[in-house]
Amino acid sequence: MSAKGEKAVRIAFDRVSVEFPAANGALKVVDDVSYEIRDREFVSVIGPSGCGKTTMMSIVAGFMQPSGGSVRLDGRPVTGPGPDRGVIFQEYGVFPWLTVRENIAFGLRLKANAVSEAERRQICDRYMGLMGLADFADAWPRMLSGGMRQRLALARAYAVKPEFLLMDEPFGALDAQTRSAMQDLLLDVLQAERKTVMLITHSVEEAIYLSSRIIVMTARPTRIREVIDVPFGYPREEKLHESPEFGALRSHIRDLVMKEYAAQALQTRPAH
Amino acid sequence: MPHSAGEKHRVVRRAGLVLAPWAGILILWYAIHYSGLVNPALVPTPHDVAARFGELAGQRLPRDIWMSTQRVFLGVTFGILLAVPVGFVLGWYREVRGFIDPLINFFRALPPIALIPLVIVYFGVDELAKIVILFYASFFAGVIVMYEGIAQISPIYVRVARTLGATDSEIFLKVIVPLTVPHTLTALRVALGVAWATLVASELIAAQQGLGSLIQNAASFFQLDIIYVGIICIGFIALTMDLLLRKLSRRLIAWQERIA
Ligand SMILES: Nc1ncnc2c1ncn2[C@@H]1O[C@H](COP(=O)(O)OP(=O)(O)O)[C@@H](O)[C@H]1O
Ligand SMILES: [Mg+2]
Repeated sequence: MSAKGEKAVRIAFDRVSVEFPAANGALKVVDDVSYEIRDREFVSVIGPSGCGKTTMMSIVAGFMQPSGGSVRLDGRPVTGPGPDRGVIFQEYGVFPWLTVRENIAFGLRLKANAVSEAERRQICDRYMGLMGLADFADAWPRMLSGGMRQRLALARAYAVKPEFLLMDEPFGALDAQTRSAMQDLLLDVLQAERKTVMLITHSVEEAIYLSSRIIVMTARPTRIREVIDVPFGYPREEKLHESPEFGALRSHIRDLVMKEYAAQALQTRPAH
Repeated sequence: MPHSAGEKHRVVRRAGLVLAPWAGILILWYAIHYSGLVNPALVPTPHDVAARFGELAGQRLPRDIWMSTQRVFLGVTFGILLAVPVGFVLGWYREVRGFIDPLINFFRALPPIALIPLVIVYFGVDELAKIVILFYASFFAGVIVMYEGIAQISPIYVRVARTLGATDSEIFLKVIVPLTVPHTLTALRVALGVAWATLVASELIAAQQGLGSLIQNAASFFQLDIIYVGIICIGFIALTMDLLLRKLSRRLIAWQERIA
């Protein structure tokens, strides 16, 4: 595993299982998953909805504990959420009672990452610039479009300098154009400040375009179906979508995912 | 200055729109009085009522208004002071709600008027008794609004705050408190409305002063114009309080989508 020149393991899933209490016994959601994410990798997780992707990410984020096995960050088991892991949700989670600037400053005002006022202003300005929010510094979130809210969520997460970025279908609620613009923005921002990223997505294209590695998960209880190395370097451009390698990868992954979707559909049909 | 002329024109138009329904009510009122459909003695004219108002304004009316407003103010203040934490706990901790909910609904369903005899027995007939009734009415009105509002708060904000490194006390002060403010203001508005509605009932408890007692006394002497004065005063004071509260809301929760 740790061949020469390979980067350090940052996130390690070690025989992770999760069961939820259900009406008829326990619902097994994650089944003995082991996987390692290395420094500055961009790993996408793709699989049928309801298979257990969010559950896996919740453990890394520190929102829940696995029923079996462990998730370790830099060798230490996760015990709770923390500012070292920025989490981006599909529903943005932008604080509606704070302006754009105050949202970004929120984390910087907490005891955990306290900075001087001058520094705070500078960090806010930097990320408002990077995310194209400079003209909306004093606007309320309700005045922003979906794409802008997600950029704000990203700016707020970046402001506290997390080492990891955990994103659960972050662009799922956006229209196709905005989504594609957000993907490019994310690549740009990561180019400027590299992080170790775990992204959950439904879109095969998004996974290929953004990631260095893709994990295809099976139907519930979820296991790893296949891990795919994406053979493209960074920076990437839109026209990558048209390359033959991209197309080949897309049809291969789509095949895998469709099969798992079919398996999951069969499973959720009434038993009798 | 054409700009300020246009501005002036708009202000006049707006004032016209606001006053029109009131003028309509006055016209309707006169029409009923003079229509011959009802006994004119049973419907005093607006100018009779206005004259009576002028007369009472130099006598007991200021004191009545003061006493009633004070009772409502105290009842609502204590009611809301208790409704906010109780409503918060019920809304935030779903497990608690399950068994407290029926209790709250039981007490809420009791009309405060039905409790008056008991309140007289336990609290006597002085100020305390009236404030207890208004407290009761405000608390149960406020607590429902509060906990239904709190229960709707999305847990995502707390999660986000945690991932940014917030401690429990930071989450309470910087996330939960701001999210609670709009519901507290709504609870206050609802409680004020209910308290004014209950006021006359509470002043039935042998009150010497207050708008409710003014109306009660007038009723025993069949002084219809005084009853109208009392009712109109209650309406206008409630309206004024609601307007002030709305102004306050607009300042405190400017971030909200729309302000009722
Ligand atoms: N807290 C919970 N209690 C019970 N069941 C849950 C809970 N969270 C998720 N589940 C179930 O676990 C399964 C996987 O959920 P999730 O991880 O959200 O799926 P995904 O993100 O892949 O769509 C679903 O069937 C869901 O109903
Ligand atoms: Mg999910």
